[in-house]
Amino acid sequence: MPDQQTPPAAERSLGIVQPEVAHFDQALDLESGDQLKEYQLIYETYGELNDAGTNAVLICHALSSNHHAAGYHSESEKSRGWWSLMIGPGRPIDTDKFFVVCCNNLGGCGGSSGPTTTNPDTGRPYGPDFPIVTVSDWVEAQVRLSDRLNINSWAAIVGGSLGGMQVLEWSIQHPDRLQHAVIIASAAKLTAQNIGFNDVARQAIRTDPDFHVGNYYQHETQPERGLRIARMLGHITYLSDDMMARKFGRNLRQKERLDFQYNPEFEVESYLRYQGEQFVHNFDANTYLLMTKALDYFDPAARFDGSLATALTTAQADFMVISFSSDWRFAPERSREIVRALHTNNLNVSYAEIESPHGHDSFLLEIPDYFKVMHAYMDRVANGCAG
Amino acid sequence: MANKLNNATLSRYDLQVISDWIEPDSRVMDLGCGNGRLLQHLQQTKNATGYGLELNPEMIAQCIDNGVNVIQTNLDKGLSYFDSNSFDYVILSLTLQAMRNPKTLLEEMLRVGQQGIVTFPNFAYWRNRLQVALSGKMPVSDELPYKWYDTPNIHLCTIRDFAKLCDQLGFTIDDSVAVHSTGQRHPGLRLMPNLFGEIALCRFSKK
Repeated sequence: MPDQQTPPAAERSLGIVQPEVAHFDQALDLESGDQLKEYQLIYETYGELNDAGTNAVLICHALSSNHHAAGYHSESEKSRGWWSLMIGPGRPIDTDKFFVVCCNNLGGCGGSSGPTTTNPDTGRPYGPDFPIVTVSDWVEAQVRLSDRLNINSWAAIVGGSLGGMQVLEWSIQHPDRLQHAVIIASAAKLTAQNIGFNDVARQAIRTDPDFHVGNYYQHETQPERGLRIARMLGHITYLSDDMMARKFGRNLRQKERLDFQYNPEFEVESYLRYQGEQFVHNFDANTYLLMTKALDYFDPAARFDGSLATALTTAQADFMVISFSSDWRFAPERSREIVRALHTNNLNVSYAEIESPHGHDSFLLEIPDYFKVMHAYMDRVANGCAG
Repeated sequence: MANKLNNATLSRYDLQVISDWIEPDSRVMDLGCGNGRLLQHLQQTKNATGYGLELNPEMIAQCIDNGVNVIQTNLDKGLSYFDSNSFDYVILSLTLQAMRNPKTLLEEMLRVGQQGIVTFPNFAYWRNRLQVALSGKMPVSDELPYKWYDTPNIHLCTIRDFAKLCDQLGFTIDDSVAVHSTGQRHPGLRLMPNLFGEIALCRFSKK
């Protein structure tokens, strides 16, 4: 978000946080049939684990974020964690009550094993040789991190968008290892339209002449043009038509009239280019490809003739599902499908459909109705782990 | 517009009547559950489980605070998300009169649940009759505080009307009680409920 504000001085903050790295020597069998012989996960923790180990909350990140969910890496404001509004002292995911963990997923570019890290077999970055990983592979890796941190059962696992898919997978595959599942702006599977958007993004990257079939590190370059276009496209789909109209309209950029050239003239053009430009300096193209594949492949119901309700028969957690009215990338309808499958299984579930003009990005924003619901639900989680 | 009539205004007595009708360990759905007070009461006293449905965003967090499962839903869009026969009781309290299509909703209630419980303000209550008769205007009262042009209560009915509709739908009314909004009791309520009852409570099922 370009317009994030520094918290008021009076507001308590997590302050400076440091990531940690966990190395795993035990091979991880992947859903694709491939195997990772060894790997590492970078993660951050906030707050204190109680003696009984019952107050741990796992945060699952979305496509373009990482383990740095809250606090600051340095004094500079730009390093603020991506969900600092949600996580911190007095925030809905209250670090005075919870021990919060967030790790960068496998295939990421934040410091966990991925295309940019060294392949132990070759001594060079994995690049395109990093295997395609799925939501279920991420969850297995997170399970091992849980073991490493001595967390038998998470008080709650919380995630938005692609993060919500991980929460759903946890609840199906490891029902005994979480008490509450909080699934925000997510879906049990992508629609054709969504897969279509992802493929356009991938094609933008893969057809960039600097892509070099994924081996661009060796050429000391990266497919910036492709990644920029991918991000611009993504960004449009994360906003709503209404919000773009409100924010930019047909406003021209620093000028009065059209100049009949191809330079950016409308404000929306320069905004998207700025977003794209920022992104290429902070993200890796191979990771973007992997993350979009994980999104496309996720479909737990596919193993059960397309019945999500059957897929969820193993689930035991209590669920909170949240969607946003103007989110057309992960529409409320997709969340309602999850809710329906949950109440078919007589599971405890609450569902809030938050009125918001901000599209898919709503889940990262401090929207009063949304935060009220999160405060109330996380209080319930906290009461459960205290008692 | 927030309706003044919802579960938050259910009196202790109404709660007790409904609660007495519910068998222990039942699966209950509460339509228009407000802040979840009724479900919370049934969870605590009858070990009931289930869900509340509510549209008003203000109420969602309150339901969660009250330890009640709440699903934000527009009841006017129906209950198609719920499987047939998945609840023992479906309750609609003080909300029927605000529905766009009450008949369809009543049918849906007995598709989803074995029994329905409805509470509604009785339009034939003597004070309402008197206001219409004497002033020639739509009645305005504590229970029905709105002017005719801005009321959410678009489908008001009387106890007799409701009984007739149930008959038409092939439902039988298994139990019914008329009460005064203050919980006050007097013999007129039993003898002439459609005249003295301010709020009607009915339990019904398929014939």
